[in-house]
Amino acid sequence: MSDGAPVLELRSLEKHFDTTSGITETIRNRLVGEGPKLVRAVDDLNLTLAENQVQGVIGESGCGKTTLLRTIIGLYDPTGGEMRFHGRPTSEFTKDEWKEFRRHVQIVFQDPFNSLDPKFSVRRTLAEPLEIHGIDYDRTDIEEMLESVGLTPASQYIQQFPNQLSGGEKQRVAIARALITEPDVILADEPASMLDVSTQAEILNLLNELTDEFGVSMVYISHDLSTVSYICDHINVMYLGRIVEKAPTRALLADPKHPYTQALIRSIPIPDPHYDREQATIGGEPGDPIDMPEGCRFKNRCPERMDVCDETPLDVAPDGDGDREVACHLYYDHEERAGAEPKPAASDGGERP
Amino acid sequence: MAEPILEFDDVDIRYRTDGDDVRAVNGASFAIDEGDYFGLVGESGCGKSTIADSIVGGLDDNGEVVSGEIRFKGEQIQDYSESEFNENVRWKEVSVIPQSSMNSLDPVMKLSEQAVEMAKYHTDLSRPAALDRLRELFDVVGLSESRISDYPHQFSGGMQQRAIIAFALFLQPSLIIADEPTTALDVIMQDQIMDYINGLKDDWDVSMLLITHDISLVFENCDSMAVMHGGQIAETGTVDDVFDRPRHPYAILLQNAFPDVRFPDRELAVIDGHPPQLRDEVDFCTFADRCPWAEPACREGAPPATPVAGDDDHLAWCVRAGEMSELAANHLERSTESTSILEGGQ
Repeated sequence: MSDGAPVLELRSLEKHFDTTSGITETIRNRLVGEGPKLVRAVDDLNLTLAENQVQGVIGESGCGKTTLLRTIIGLYDPTGGEMRFHGRPTSEFTKDEWKEFRRHVQIVFQDPFNSLDPKFSVRRTLAEPLEIHGIDYDRTDIEEMLESVGLTPASQYIQQFPNQLSGGEKQRVAIARALITEPDVILADEPASMLDVSTQAEILNLLNELTDEFGVSMVYISHDLSTVSYICDHINVMYLGRIVEKAPTRALLADPKHPYTQALIRSIPIPDPHYDREQATIGGEPGDPIDMPEGCRFKNRCPERMDVCDETPLDVAPDGDGDREVACHLYYDHEERAGAEPKPAASDGGERP
Repeated sequence: MAEPILEFDDVDIRYRTDGDDVRAVNGASFAIDEGDYFGLVGESGCGKSTIADSIVGGLDDNGEVVSGEIRFKGEQIQDYSESEFNENVRWKEVSVIPQSSMNSLDPVMKLSEQAVEMAKYHTDLSRPAALDRLRELFDVVGLSESRISDYPHQFSGGMQQRAIIAFALFLQPSLIIADEPTTALDVIMQDQIMDYINGLKDDWDVSMLLITHDISLVFENCDSMAVMHGGQIAETGTVDDVFDRPRHPYAILLQNAFPDVRFPDRELAVIDGHPPQLRDEVDFCTFADRCPWAEPACREGAPPATPVAGDDDHLAWCVRAGEMSELAANHLERSTESTSILEGGQ
């Protein structure tokens, strides 16, 4: 790979949607001199995915995690910021390079019941990406891939159609389809959330094994912190379009810094009747991504709210821990930073002093 | 010992189809004591919602309780007619908190009007009295009283679910059936809703049947529980019984398959295969094909209810229940060796 650059790097990535509908509204906005109303679905987001790393992104529904995924895969054009793949900005990609990019970045969707073509046999489902990308293959390649996702004997599954498969088997086929082009990155959008508990464990274990075996990196998106913790090395907590905290999984769970992360972790029910869980104390619901509060976006629900929260918090390393980053006023000395620019170039994933 | 408010006694429920009937529930027996919160856990298609529907006479037209007894406050209700259900059970005695509140409120009617309508059909409350009552209940579930004349679409998902809880309490039922009440919600909102549901226990004289796939919600919020698999009840008992001494293989494996945020390094148990289709007579254990400890006897007849440790209230429907503590010793060892990683942060 090219000189140690991370596989995928997002720098201040931004995806805003214009909510203006129709020409009359556009004209009215022009006349009144107002800008369009924007949904700031992904806003100033930094993420670095190193080789063989599994980065989790968690957040509540509507926090922008699916928009993030779609922007990474190229379904949406980012409205700002930069995305680099092996060090090269995707904005400079030619059409051929985009095709190449899509071979190396594959996606596993949430819903295996809808993401497989019902008229494609398993063989054709797996052959399709290979044909699109002009990769030579024969039946053995496909059978081997099916075996590695645990669909054995492969010769039995290869002829089947999605309606003959159970939910877990469908998701295995979807994973095989993603892996067969030998990608560098898998984007997984809650791949286990539609499945029953017993099958969910199966898919989580499988993804764990496969990322090791095939040496792929993964961005794993979910709303469920308890499953994310089984699979990810690092967790990024997203709130209203921004990442408010990032840390290695264990560190994040054992010692969450951001009040939102603390609330998320304390809200997870524990499967143990003898455990007395300390409950979260936050109220309310995520705000509206159109009219977001000035400064910290979490301030209206935050139990630790201070006056300074009306200013946008910096991304800082809490307690000087270079592996972690938290965007919260609680964790830095404001006077010391007073001279600093309002938004530091804190995008290099923990390399700051 | 409290009297049971709801009892299922060897109940079979079938759905007639053009082909073979679907035997959705087979030989189900359990009891909910008055004032208890009872959790019914199982995977999709295991028959748990069918059980809920049968209590309020809400089975689909082709569904039927073919044998066994369902007793509500000692009275058999399995053969009730529509009007008997309306008269004696629905809303007044048993109310339902459905899974998707978004679809269960009338979108073109103000919430206040929906309450007035309910009062009109089931009580002699006057219109102002009904509105007063709704205001009071909005207060109970943490909604602002001024919003009773809003339309459902003006509420967020979590607020709609709270409004539904307020409606469920409206006629002071003695049993509330909550069918996956928080599945559509985010974890923080889920926690708040479960808090309200739990709070009802103290101030209202109400029992609860909580139906969910999420065993952690049951462990946290219920007094007793049943685990279902493939149309059969696998195990029933207090939550402590089922947690401390599970004796049905499915109850054991399900707990080990469930992610626990305290132990991110633990290997999750995998349960191979899937439940059978239930098209033929169910005279076998429906878990046998997925069970690592199955023996021929498991397929030779429906498993008998076996009291665990001589306790008639803790039952496992497994022919090998007596041996399970040795057979599944590996699985029953709790992660006592690895300590919870949450403690440090709190």
